[in-house]
Amino acid sequence: MTRLPRWADLVLVPLISLLLAGIISALVILAIGQSPTEALRTMVQGALGSAYGWGYTLYYATSFMFTGLAVTVAFHASLFNIGGEGQAQLGGLGVALICLALPWPHWTLALPAAMIGAALFGAAWAAIPAYLQAKRGSHVVITTIMFNYIAAALIIYMLVSVLRPAGQMDPATARFPEGTNLPTLHEIPGLSLIFTKQVPANVTLLIALVACWLVWLLLWRTRLGYEIRAFGKSEKAALYAGISPVRVTMIAMLISGALAGLMSINNVMGESERLLQNSTEGAGFIGIAVALMGRNHPFGVFLAAILFGFLFQGGAELGLWTSIPIELRTVVQGLVILFTGALDHMVRMFLGLFFAPRRTQVA
Amino acid sequence: MDYATLIQILDSTMRLATPLLLACLAGLYSERSGIFDIGLEGKMLMAAMCTGAVAALTGSVWIGLLAGIAGSILFAIVHGVASITFRGNQLISGVALNFVASGITVLIAQSLFRQGGRTPPLSGPARFNPIELPFAEALSGVPILGPFYAEVVSGHGALVYIALLCVPLTWWVLFRTRFGLRLRAVGENPASVDTAGISVVRLRYTAVIITGVLCGLAGAYMAAGLQTGFGKEMTAGRGYIALAALIFAKWRPWYALMATLLFGFFQALALRPDVIKNTIGFDVPVPALDALPYILTVVVLAGFVGRAIPPRAGGEPYVKER
Repeated sequence: MTRLPRWADLVLVPLISLLLAGIISALVILAIGQSPTEALRTMVQGALGSAYGWGYTLYYATSFMFTGLAVTVAFHASLFNIGGEGQAQLGGLGVALICLALPWPHWTLALPAAMIGAALFGAAWAAIPAYLQAKRGSHVVITTIMFNYIAAALIIYMLVSVLRPAGQMDPATARFPEGTNLPTLHEIPGLSLIFTKQVPANVTLLIALVACWLVWLLLWRTRLGYEIRAFGKSEKAALYAGISPVRVTMIAMLISGALAGLMSINNVMGESERLLQNSTEGAGFIGIAVALMGRNHPFGVFLAAILFGFLFQGGAELGLWTSIPIELRTVVQGLVILFTGALDHMVRMFLGLFFAPRRTQVA
Repeated sequence: MDYATLIQILDSTMRLATPLLLACLAGLYSERSGIFDIGLEGKMLMAAMCTGAVAALTGSVWIGLLAGIAGSILFAIVHGVASITFRGNQLISGVALNFVASGITVLIAQSLFRQGGRTPPLSGPARFNPIELPFAEALSGVPILGPFYAEVVSGHGALVYIALLCVPLTWWVLFRTRFGLRLRAVGENPASVDTAGISVVRLRYTAVIITGVLCGLAGAYMAAGLQTGFGKEMTAGRGYIALAALIFAKWRPWYALMATLLFGFFQALALRPDVIKNTIGFDVPVPALDALPYILTVVVLAGFVGRAIPPRAGGEPYVKER
């Protein structure tokens, strides 16, 4: 197989994968008797056609940045954390407990506290699978999947029996106090000129951008990041270099869980302002697609998160304005994961056909 | 808990264990050949939708079953192409196919029937109807064993008995046939199988397709046996529970039967919180019961109940030459 130039591997492989996923989705839309071009137009119009649409796209993108980074950090330690969904739900529980605990005077005080709560709860939910992987060799993929189901049950129990205020019917916590409400992009001076209407995207977006930068710093500029990547590339070599597999596994998974948990700042604290059942709406799983699409690099995650924000918001618009079910976005998500994560060799072989002859000419 | 209640719970244990058993045996073939498959869930879901849709359209559960198997095999082949031909990451492929299945089943069901992503309720010959085993009626008067035979053993859909027959069949195939020997060898050391002049690729594809067939049976039973039609995400993690049962069973058919019966028993208990309350004396929250199979799976995976050693070449794509 021809080795692709680095830029082709980084840029073309995800783009071709996306294109393939798009083509198959278009065929699916055709097969159910709808028009793919009409669908695409609805999606672009709804998600990118107005500042209002962008407000939603960026809101979803914020969540996906966190979950994408969570999967990325674990991937670099060659751990496949499918538990982002459960970790994010637990993060939401952490946020809710912190926000409801005190009559917070101002969001600048509530936000750091809630972030700590979200990160701690998310990390705690990743801790047991991490420990079992590190110490007992139980496969982290299966245990994190199981923990997603356990998290869902736990959240239902907490919402129905513990946190639900008396007299309220729906399983949700009470509204968070005023002082915890995060400013949306509409309420930030300067940005309010662009976002003239109330949008769900909020200051968490800025925190997500900082998180992208911090994760880059961690992975490529610190000793710990080096250890994580070395361990991910070759466990044996890492062990030989004196890197403790147990330590790296635990730390990578705890960071991963904390990042997934932090997502709930965006949706629980920033948007719904109370904890609802299934608050994450599958964002934890989309993190897998975002990380794969973003080639496990924080900048790639940033771009892929916006792409999936567009898909998510556009998919919702489809469900609203056309008779294409909203589940189309799950199909696209699955196809992107399939092509970028499992059929990437196929995409490379295909690209290799284009790069091979040119190389021989040069030689 | 009196005997009548126990019989009822064991009866639903049989029904709830069947999809788990079929999916578990499905995973057994794939993993024994060295292909990890966490896409059992997606294949079951696809089969459930195909069965539900085709059984509703044709009115025949058997044509529905064939459609279910076909849908499941389609996904199995994609998984095979990704993990055997293109040597991709088998875990990621499985996860991806689960998402595709989760979405596309609703898309198809919605475009066919416009009932909110469900297939129409099945009845009569469009379902797997209970089969009365011989003498069930006559023997039901016999104390203890009579009701057990009449309620727990007899009176299930055909797939329950097919699933049970698959256990000795799988044992025989795996440990008494040439194919089984090669299958086990290719999961442990594919290079040796290759050296003996047997195609690794063909063996693995065969295994993956058998997995597809068995997942097809499991999904068909979900839609036309356990319930009356397909509904969104109706498999509810059963594919993953089957996977855990497979690890619990250490990739062996008879143990798989035991493990899935145990997990089925827990699922049956979760449906009867009243019985649990009467038996242990205090109220257990329903979510805790729902979570029980998953918690048990983690405990099993943690290796507190004996060490599970997977087939050595599992998850590794086979590269013939460098």
